[in-house]
Amino acid sequence: MRYLPLTDADRSAMLAAVGASDIDALFTDVPAEHLLDGPVEGLPMHASEMAVERHMARLAQKNTAAGDVPFFLGAGAYRHHIPASVDHLIQRGEFLTAYTPYQPEIAQGTLQMLFEFQTQVARLYGCAVANASMYDGSTACWEAIAMATRVKRRTRAVLSPGLHPHYVSTAKTMARFTGDEIVSGAPDLSGDCGEDALIAQIDEATACVVVQYPDILGRIPDLARVADAAHEKGALLIAVNTEPVALGLIESPGALGADIVVGEGQSIGVGLNFGGPYLGLFAVRDTKLVRQMPGRLCGETVDAEGKRGFVLTLSTREQHIRREKATSNICTNSGLCALAFSIHMSLLGGEGLGKLARINHSLARDAAAKLAALEGVELVNTGGFFNEFTLRLAGKDARDIALALAKRDILAGVSLGRLYPDVQALSDGLVVAVTETCTAEDIDALADALAEELR
Amino acid sequence: MNAPNQSGWKPEMGEAGTSGSGPATASGNRALQLEEPLIFELGTRANCGVDFGQEPGEVAPELGKHLRKEPLTLPGLTEPETVRHYTRLSRQNYAIDLGPFPLGSCTMKHNPRLNEKVARMPGFADIHPLQPMDTVQGAFEVIEQLSEWLCKLTGMSAVAMTPKAGAHGELCGILAIRAALEARGDAREVILCPESAHGTNPATAAFAGYRVEDIPATKEGRVDLEALKARLGPDVAGVMITNPNTCGLFERDMKAISEAVHAAGGLVYCDGANFNAIVGKVRPGDLGVDAMHINLHKTFSTPHGGGGPGSGPVVLSEALAPFAPTPFVRRDERGRMRLVEERAAKDLLPDSFGRMTAFHGQMGMFTRALTYMLSHGADGLRQVAEDSVLNANYILRSLEDVLDAPYGASGPCMHEALFSDRGLAEGFSTLDIAKGLIDEGYHPMTVYFPLVVHGAMLVEPTETESKQGLDRLIASLRAVAERAKAGDESLKSAPHYAPRRRLDETLAARKPVLTWEEPETPAGIPVASEIGGS
Repeated sequence: MRYLPLTDADRSAMLAAVGASDIDALFTDVPAEHLLDGPVEGLPMHASEMAVERHMARLAQKNTAAGDVPFFLGAGAYRHHIPASVDHLIQRGEFLTAYTPYQPEIAQGTLQMLFEFQTQVARLYGCAVANASMYDGSTACWEAIAMATRVKRRTRAVLSPGLHPHYVSTAKTMARFTGDEIVSGAPDLSGDCGEDALIAQIDEATACVVVQYPDILGRIPDLARVADAAHEKGALLIAVNTEPVALGLIESPGALGADIVVGEGQSIGVGLNFGGPYLGLFAVRDTKLVRQMPGRLCGETVDAEGKRGFVLTLSTREQHIRREKATSNICTNSGLCALAFSIHMSLLGGEGLGKLARINHSLARDAAAKLAALEGVELVNTGGFFNEFTLRLAGKDARDIALALAKRDILAGVSLGRLYPDVQALSDGLVVAVTETCTAEDIDALADALAEELR
Repeated sequence: MNAPNQSGWKPEMGEAGTSGSGPATASGNRALQLEEPLIFELGTRANCGVDFGQEPGEVAPELGKHLRKEPLTLPGLTEPETVRHYTRLSRQNYAIDLGPFPLGSCTMKHNPRLNEKVARMPGFADIHPLQPMDTVQGAFEVIEQLSEWLCKLTGMSAVAMTPKAGAHGELCGILAIRAALEARGDAREVILCPESAHGTNPATAAFAGYRVEDIPATKEGRVDLEALKARLGPDVAGVMITNPNTCGLFERDMKAISEAVHAAGGLVYCDGANFNAIVGKVRPGDLGVDAMHINLHKTFSTPHGGGGPGSGPVVLSEALAPFAPTPFVRRDERGRMRLVEERAAKDLLPDSFGRMTAFHGQMGMFTRALTYMLSHGADGLRQVAEDSVLNANYILRSLEDVLDAPYGASGPCMHEALFSDRGLAEGFSTLDIAKGLIDEGYHPMTVYFPLVVHGAMLVEPTETESKQGLDRLIASLRAVAERAKAGDESLKSAPHYAPRRRLDETLAARKPVLTWEEPETPAGIPVASEIGGS
């Protein structure tokens, strides 16, 4: 047991010091009939470092890693190049193994980083204030809806059909218990984001309108129009962004009138990780909303000698103080993922993010043109896209095509049938994401294989 | 380069340059104790620390109206600047890699580096959540194996893997309880939370639409069983109980509590944050628990990373298993692992309460936890519980002559030892002890929690501390406690040797400064529009 430093001699000496005859004398509060007399049955005994590593490596090798094949999956999780220094720095023990900065005098490293992170996210989103991260984009989205219904004292949330279906499901799960009303529908395969239909659903009972930007099909909705319509009815606009790299090229949601901007920060610095851990981003355009925000906030202050320092602040909103009156039950944040995001963003800077975004866009445009030129393939995104677009594979179930391509070692995209199994009209849709990690050869391989499968 | 001078940023010297020993320095640094500007003040132009190796194409006209109008004002740092900035910041943090982190209820134990190595294997770190299922069979096997460990260790029949953290797991458990009650047409409104429960418990219950009522603790620091029984009735959906509880004690009456709650038609949620005290020694399922989240990051070690990420799978009793969230992993008739998502779940688990996050949970934590479990084995996990409890009792008994232990007579503590501020000199508080401990080179214990004890100090050594290490910690705690009892005024201004002295938290809350804004511009200092523009 290489992680347990007590020796048997230590244990004997310590038992004597506490006045216990044996270890079970310290477990006397556990009813005797429930105290196990040996290791739990059916589980293996301890193993060497080498044996454990071999076991886990064998499991890892059963998976197809994105980096080993032409890879085009997005739909809420994106593969980007992460500079080596990001992972190196987050593995510094002083970051990796530190806890929540409850003692600010010896946690200034984490706190300053969170303050920098908050500023980066606020600027990226065009907002006044961002919090110090949440679990992921989908839960941040629900928290934003909960916040809006609380602030507006209204119970209706209108969700755009372009919102990630998993985000919609998450919101519906929660709303079932809080009694809020969630209005949503599936997207249709057109180049139009459906702003008119969305706006028509906003009424005086609507607390918020939730619009994904760019949306699940890669389309870019007219946020400003929806913001105006929402504000006219006294509702808040919540913008959801699942691909922050896009904001290096397209306008910030806050600048277009979104009141709350949430999203998934995974693209910057955090790997795919099979869905987690990810990084929920959360910001508000108006500082007046700060005290209604969920999650942790880091603030600047001074110490007893007048030196600048940072602390967690406004905790009177939080569960450990307000208990059942807290703005959210959230306790942890995604501190280490926020650090990875912040380091990667520091390396990029505004200019680098812009450059990265243009590379993504340019490659995606080339790929879309090449793929849409194939027989039986139609590009849905006639109104533009960033690095992700949707193809219609006329007459085919895109799930079958994606599986067939996977058998040829090409991970082609996310089929809409996987995301919307109940919507037959979407079954021929394939959402393709193209990032800087895709080469021209990858795109050619996809185009060739797709052409053969569709033949 | 000398960053502060480059940007014009100067640390506010205050009395810092002159207080303490030795002369003032121009930089505000004191040899290896370095002042570090913010990235926004480092003053580098928007050079980029990433070389893309290719020039981006021009922007397509169809993006016209969507194009960003103003440049993004974010500073870019070169790679050497970035490495220095974050390395310097890291040196202002205490961390478990530097020494004991005796935060009660937080469970800060050694983080094995094998876990990190495994989590970074491309087969785990570089796979997409929506990849065709045949291409991620190994990842599903990790989930399956981890589920099996969790069920066996807890004696429960099912586990929900998707919750992203402990508090998210609480929500999962309470939603399952609510769904189960609704399924039998039983609209109950109240969740009972003992005073010794974690603060997230009542917040969770309220978030799930319940009214919360407290149940008092006995003078021994445990749930008052009689008070609980008296409150049970047809309006009570269930109880949320932390076991071992936040007083560091095992809830002796857990079985009786469960039976009473069940008899009254309610269900039992157990906050499993403190599971490492009993893992391998007792199975919560045997005590009648219906749902319990397990903080993988506490019990089975994951780096806490300055606040997270966590992971909070929830084990469920047979009564609650049908209501588990989606998605979940099952084997099909051919032995292939499948992820069961919404539509398929309608057939397999029609009463599921639904999805609570976008994907399948914290895979990066699953690999770490399974690695940890395999390393320890069933025998080692049992030893984990025994050593954590032994270490805590060693602390309790070694300090109860100098610090008040309100429940010291209640029997052995579990993995954490609780003290109060009784007996300190007039005007001295728990906070002074905490800050004094910083000067001793330790992260303080948890302070002012749990709320049932005045000036609480909750010390949790965990099982990865050696006896020699504990003896040193005890010596420091004893010395600081003695200073507080003796009225040593210098303790009130501690810490003296940390990168910062006591920070003004009131100011931070009264006038929140939550983002950096460029200062009024003295000549020669670059402004943000110059720093980030493209």
